[in-house]
Amino acid sequence: MKHVDEYRDPSLAAALVRRIAALAGDARVQIMEVCGGHTHAIYKHGLDQLLPEGVELVHGPGCPVCVIPMGRVDDAIHIARRPEVIFATYGDMMRVPGSAGCLLDAKAAGADVRVVYSPLDALQLALRHPEREVVFFAIGFETTAPATAVTLQRARAAGVGNFSVFCNHVTILPAIKAILDSPGMRLDGFLGPGHVSTVIGTEPYRWIPERYRLPIVVAGFEPLDVLQSVAMLLEQLRDGRREVENQYARVVSKDGNPRALSAIAETMELRPQFEWRGLGFIGQSGLRLRRELAAWDAEARFEVPGARIADPKSCQCGEVLKGVLKPWQCRVFGTACTPETPIGTCMVSSEGACAAYYTYGRYELRRQAETVAQHP
Amino acid sequence: MSDKPTLAETMARIGRASERRRSAPPLREERVTLSHGSGGKASHALVESVFAAELSNPLLDPLDDSAVLPAPTGAGGLAFTTDSYVVKPLFFPGGDIGRLAVHGTVNDLAMAGARPLYVSLGVILEEGFPIADLRRIVRSLRQAAEEADVRVVTGDTKVVERGKADGVYLNTAGIGELRAGVRLSAAAARPGDRVLVSGRLGDHGVAILVARAELELESAVESDSAPLHGLVASLLAAAGDGVHALKDPTRGGLATALNEIARASAVGVRLDEARLPVGVEVRGACEILGIDPLHLANEGKLVALVAPERAEAALEALRAHPLGREAALVGEVVEEPPGMVVLRTALGGRRVVDMLAGDALPRIC
Repeated sequence: MKHVDEYRDPSLAAALVRRIAALAGDARVQIMEVCGGHTHAIYKHGLDQLLPEGVELVHGPGCPVCVIPMGRVDDAIHIARRPEVIFATYGDMMRVPGSAGCLLDAKAAGADVRVVYSPLDALQLALRHPEREVVFFAIGFETTAPATAVTLQRARAAGVGNFSVFCNHVTILPAIKAILDSPGMRLDGFLGPGHVSTVIGTEPYRWIPERYRLPIVVAGFEPLDVLQSVAMLLEQLRDGRREVENQYARVVSKDGNPRALSAIAETMELRPQFEWRGLGFIGQSGLRLRRELAAWDAEARFEVPGARIADPKSCQCGEVLKGVLKPWQCRVFGTACTPETPIGTCMVSSEGACAAYYTYGRYELRRQAETVAQHP
Repeated sequence: MSDKPTLAETMARIGRASERRRSAPPLREERVTLSHGSGGKASHALVESVFAAELSNPLLDPLDDSAVLPAPTGAGGLAFTTDSYVVKPLFFPGGDIGRLAVHGTVNDLAMAGARPLYVSLGVILEEGFPIADLRRIVRSLRQAAEEADVRVVTGDTKVVERGKADGVYLNTAGIGELRAGVRLSAAAARPGDRVLVSGRLGDHGVAILVARAELELESAVESDSAPLHGLVASLLAAAGDGVHALKDPTRGGLATALNEIARASAVGVRLDEARLPVGVEVRGACEILGIDPLHLANEGKLVALVAPERAEAALEALRAHPLGREAALVGEVVEEPPGMVVLRTALGGRRVVDMLAGDALPRIC
């Protein structure tokens, strides 16, 4: 298959793995892949097992589903339950638990919840159902925010009065900073989020090498992209360089996508604070609709409880999102918390570190456990 | 002369009318109404005009409360199965709910190694459903039954109010005759068995996804819906009791079918990604939607677990059959870890292949 197979060539991959092994030597290196898309690709292709023992991939906070706190899910369900509302959401959010059930439960209890693939589909729903109120559950980083922004611009231009957005968009940089500032953090470099970078470019990462003396390589999502990016990071470390490098240059440019950025800027503004699942409140990290778009802002149009719901005590998603714990080190991983009965968000989305690890990585875990048992 | 009818003329006229009423009353409506489910005259009109006429055979034609079937001749015993069909949309590239209702049940019988003989047909209709669509479905079902050499011998129709069902639901149960000595079971896989699939994976799943038109994807992929008992007969003739287990990987795909076998047999299954036959369009759709072809439904494929010494003969037999031309050896049964399916990726890594949790929900980025 064109544009895919060339990035999955087994012999090129083997050559990259050999180069990584040579570069790494006996060193112990911890690399955080910021984006959930990378986590998924790493497990889907078994890349973690191809790396030398000393090179460890740590999963970062870049799974858009995983960072939504329980209180926001409760607010979403509260809106979805209104009889006049058609609540449109990405499929991944359907099973994310709130304090009393998820959207799938609300749907079973009678709420009109529909899965859409794009906010423009939600706008279409509003045009087809003028007698109903269509609310779009907007989530995601700078990757999905432009689509929400363009939809809002179209809704305003066409004067669609029965459409609104429940905005939960977040920005990645404050989350990276929060992780770098959290105590006990030991990272040697980052695989930068490829899709976010198509929008924001590579310039905004400059403070990472400058202030924290850490290298970052913006990476694509195919196996060869990930492996090459790891090799580029190791080369920086070997040469004593600390830079922003762009492995994903076929898609990502230095300045990003100015039209997407201006669409976001025209429709959304930073919130002073936004709560992240497991990471707590992070300043200037969430987006809300600009005041002039209040007519399309679900938070302005509908009463929401807006309560802060503490994460379940047993759930250690925060530690997993910060990379402090590996998924399997969480107390409830694979026992109380599984993809069928998730407690934490990391177990829901296929980009969540726990779901990816549970789905794809259990065999490895078992093998390791047996090896330890045989050679204690 | 009086123009009044004589008593004899009147009696004759009434006689002719009641005769007409007894024989199939005409079906004039264009849409199903609640009276078609009343059990009265409208019901009879629907059954006679749409079902009995199309599906006619000596076992069905009496339209009695039960079909009376001849006793089986062989010593192998009977296989009996049932399945309900709620596919959306009702018509899709490569098939429709009628064909599916035959193939699904015929294939469940075939996976037990049985020769399918008879099926029943239960129909639940939503008020307002177009009669023309119903005729189209029943015609297609009849053709599929003819191709599969099974007869519809009994049936039932119900109508529910508008909004209480989605167009039409079908249920078929099937009876088949087992070949003497054939005992296939998901619990019979043994370490060393080879894993064979009869062709490309995921065509039905992608055909349905695209036909739903929610994704604005276009593709030429057609459902692979087909009856598999002929293919199974060829396989059993070639590999005999070397065939330990058969499954048709429908909902949940090959991943689910192999996990079921791994659990039932308490063995591990090792798959080789590079050997899995997946069409380029299905791969493309999976890449775009973030789904795994191993989780996509098939309606005309089987997976066979075959003793290693018979695997080559089995593969040849599959490939010699029109429905198995692209058959492939994709993996083997191992002792460890029991109950688990592990895939060796094309790059040499490993990952667990699990059953699907919930729906196949596409990722967003």
